[in-house]
Amino acid sequence: MKKLANLLETKQVSSQEIVEHYLGEITRQEPMLNAFITVDQEGALTQAQAADQRRAENRPLSPWDGIPIAIKDNISTRGLNTTCASRFLANYRPLFDATVVRYLKDAGLPILGKTNLDEFAMGSSTEYSAYGVTCNPHDRSRVSGGSSGGSAAAVAAGEIPWSLGSDTGGSIRQPASFCGVVGLKPTYGWVSRYGLVALAPSLDQIGPLATSVEDTAILFSLLAGADPKDASSAAAQTFEVPAWDERCIKGLKIGVPEEFFGKGLHPEVEQAVRRGLRALEEQGAVLVPISLSTNEYAIDTYLTLVTAEASSSLARYDGVRYGERVGAQDSNTMFAKSRAAGFGPEVKRRIILGTYVLSASHYEAYYEQAQRVRTLIRQDVLEAFRHVDVIITPTTPTAAFRIGAKQSPLEMYLSDLFTAMANLSGIPALSVPCGKDSKGLPLGMQIMGKHFSEALLFRVGHFVEKTVGIRGCCR
Amino acid sequence: MISYDTVIGLEIHVALLTQSKFLCSCKASFGAPPNSQCCPICLGLPGALPLINEKAVEYATKAGIALNCQINHFSRFDRKNYFYPDLPKAYQITQDTFPLCTKGFLEYYVDDRLVKTEITRIHMEEEAGKLIHSGASIVDSEYSLVDYNRAGIPLIEIVTAPDIHHPQQARLFLEQLRLLLSYIGVSDTKMEEGSLRCDANISLKPSGSNVLGTKVEIKNLNSFRALERALEYEERRQSQVLNQGGIIRQESCTWDDRTGKTMPMRSKGDAPDYRIFPEPDLPPLHLDPVWVELIRATIPELPLERLKRFEAEYGLSRYEATFLVNYPDFGELFFALACQCRAYKAIVNLLMGDYARLAREKGHLDPQRLAELLTIVDEGQITQTQAKDVLEDLFSSHLSAREIVQEKGLEVMGDPESLRPILRQVLGANSELVHRFQNGDTKLLGFFVGQVMRVTQGKADPGVVNRLLRDELGK
Repeated sequence: MKKLANLLETKQVSSQEIVEHYLGEITRQEPMLNAFITVDQEGALTQAQAADQRRAENRPLSPWDGIPIAIKDNISTRGLNTTCASRFLANYRPLFDATVVRYLKDAGLPILGKTNLDEFAMGSSTEYSAYGVTCNPHDRSRVSGGSSGGSAAAVAAGEIPWSLGSDTGGSIRQPASFCGVVGLKPTYGWVSRYGLVALAPSLDQIGPLATSVEDTAILFSLLAGADPKDASSAAAQTFEVPAWDERCIKGLKIGVPEEFFGKGLHPEVEQAVRRGLRALEEQGAVLVPISLSTNEYAIDTYLTLVTAEASSSLARYDGVRYGERVGAQDSNTMFAKSRAAGFGPEVKRRIILGTYVLSASHYEAYYEQAQRVRTLIRQDVLEAFRHVDVIITPTTPTAAFRIGAKQSPLEMYLSDLFTAMANLSGIPALSVPCGKDSKGLPLGMQIMGKHFSEALLFRVGHFVEKTVGIRGCCR
Repeated sequence: MISYDTVIGLEIHVALLTQSKFLCSCKASFGAPPNSQCCPICLGLPGALPLINEKAVEYATKAGIALNCQINHFSRFDRKNYFYPDLPKAYQITQDTFPLCTKGFLEYYVDDRLVKTEITRIHMEEEAGKLIHSGASIVDSEYSLVDYNRAGIPLIEIVTAPDIHHPQQARLFLEQLRLLLSYIGVSDTKMEEGSLRCDANISLKPSGSNVLGTKVEIKNLNSFRALERALEYEERRQSQVLNQGGIIRQESCTWDDRTGKTMPMRSKGDAPDYRIFPEPDLPPLHLDPVWVELIRATIPELPLERLKRFEAEYGLSRYEATFLVNYPDFGELFFALACQCRAYKAIVNLLMGDYARLAREKGHLDPQRLAELLTIVDEGQITQTQAKDVLEDLFSSHLSAREIVQEKGLEVMGDPESLRPILRQVLGANSELVHRFQNGDTKLLGFFVGQVMRVTQGKADPGVVNRLLRDELGK
């Protein structure tokens, strides 16, 4: 990205040319990938021309002025459809920009379009999108992961240099891992959620995806900061991209939790992660075997809380103000029928589950219990960080699976096995490519850190990327 | 026939008089054109996030302090999920498990007895929008309109313990509560505009029993009278049912002011499950004890304290003191006058008499002008009868009391030398009656006094005239 910024700075290339290049890639690849729900050709070109005008007048808004970006379609963009990949919001055009979108516009980034996801970010493959699955650019018979599958695939395929995703239980990291790109789930509260259509507000976090650790860090620096419009946003500073100094690896204590290297983990994934760990060790890092025993309960806890919050967050979609209305004798039947017609199967499943775990007779056994376990998981994680600087695990148990391969919802839920813990405890987690398997599919390493330790995660990730990573997009 | 004790508890919703809404910066004023005061937050648009209005917390805290509550330094917001077209998010942000205020009480007079009703809790919540149905109710309307101006106005809900014992007491409690809230200025407490709303729970138990009976909740009580009537009706109905060996069903009903009856709405079995859980979009509220003390310092003298002061310091009767407390504008005027004139009884007589009538029509007089009138009367310069005339003129002109007295030539004629000729003239013209008087018809003295007053156009000092007449006639 620095190269691109330099070309713009020295006027060797214009923003319009860059945007046209990516629009061309989109036109060429979209029929095969389906990474975008909306492409805003006209809007992006207008913004590019404005960026070029600013460059001509030597008053760029930022070094990245004129470099386009794509936004996951559950993040509000003023005047540009924000569908959440749901039929309910097929024609929903927000009246306001999400805070992060405003930040990007303030930095001069043209918004090229809105990327595909599982409906309301519920899923791990984009197969639950009302607009069809996004294929994995490395193997189009496979999924791109999810829910931010569109954002990851578009970056991997070179349709866009970087993108925004959202991560509630792994929705940035898992598709980043599947598509061979870098993705960050930031510390809860460091990036404003204002304008992110809620799945589970206590876990949701917007984050960057890009082809390199450095670009991911640059994009993160545009997003991070306290937002007075988001009461859950932390009173945190802005983020500065760190210097890429490898000396920090020496003596770094890396926790390697045994629970993440056991049953269910594909041997090739384990090999790739261990290779990365060895490289770090050779650079002077100290590998510390640790135990995160509460991870056993992470998926159950996560599902209980996500479904509970989602059942409430999604109750407003009624067929009157949103979506298609299905006629009926009385208003309650009309609401019910409209919801039955408007939501896809996974959303319905989670609403039913969430309603159940919050109901008076089950609240204590499920929701309250899950809250207690969440506290234990957080304590477990914080305790681990008293002894180590970062924790490294595989991002996912396997490489990208085939479209249609996961038949049961439970199988799909297990995709979040290694990632949900970071959301439950609010810590940052970075997924960095760490090689490919024998089929040529990318594999990802997850680096987790203490709250607000993103700079360290990027440094470690940068080293991993240099030694065992895969660079560039696949074409 | 068994005799029963009545047990009543009240739940009062009070709209706070903040300039902006509870969770967004929209105006909270009443009476604006429909849907002219709303934004993405109070419309519940996807992605919008709530923010707590500090003023609302301040007002709620003020109410809590005035009601002798414990102000909890930790309180939390919850989501109460229910589906109704006036509720944009399909959940209400409220406080369930950890309310802002607990354990308070309100003291008030029932007849001559000072009683105390326990306040169980006060919590904050948001108001819903307003539905306007084309028909009588939502189910038999062709269409319904929604005005979201009201959505998101801050409310407090005040809940009493079930320790009110008869309908009249309930009304007196509510009247005192309303007065208290208007004294501290947190609400305009207009029942007709819905800024003060009351639901009542009522049950009967055999006299002396410790076991509470089954309660019925009465909603839609739009006036103090409705509250008392509805409770009286329900008290009668329940005792009839019980005496006939029936049982009371736990249910919610609505009061119909026209028919004077309660109508069942729903029974306990249909009671909605609100699936309440902690609001993930808002952090818990931590109040600084110093801040609470600063709010405490802003609490003015409250109605009961003031009542006691009127009685103790100014020697007013309960009736007079109550008048001045219930009409704080008159109370304030009393204080202003009492600084300048120590005839407290005369002040209160004036204020409660002709002055009240005139002031309600024309607004209050400047206390200075009124004080002068009181002084003139107190000094005996004019009579009570003349004072009435002067008072009328004070309302209709800009002259001072002394100027009016002068202009009208109203000074009391108290000088015997100037009165004696008039006296003799009157007696001379009525020699027949003088004769009768001297033969024992002493009642005629009043007639002579009246004649002198008529001739002097009411200016003569009746005391002096009396004395002189006795002198003259005794000769």
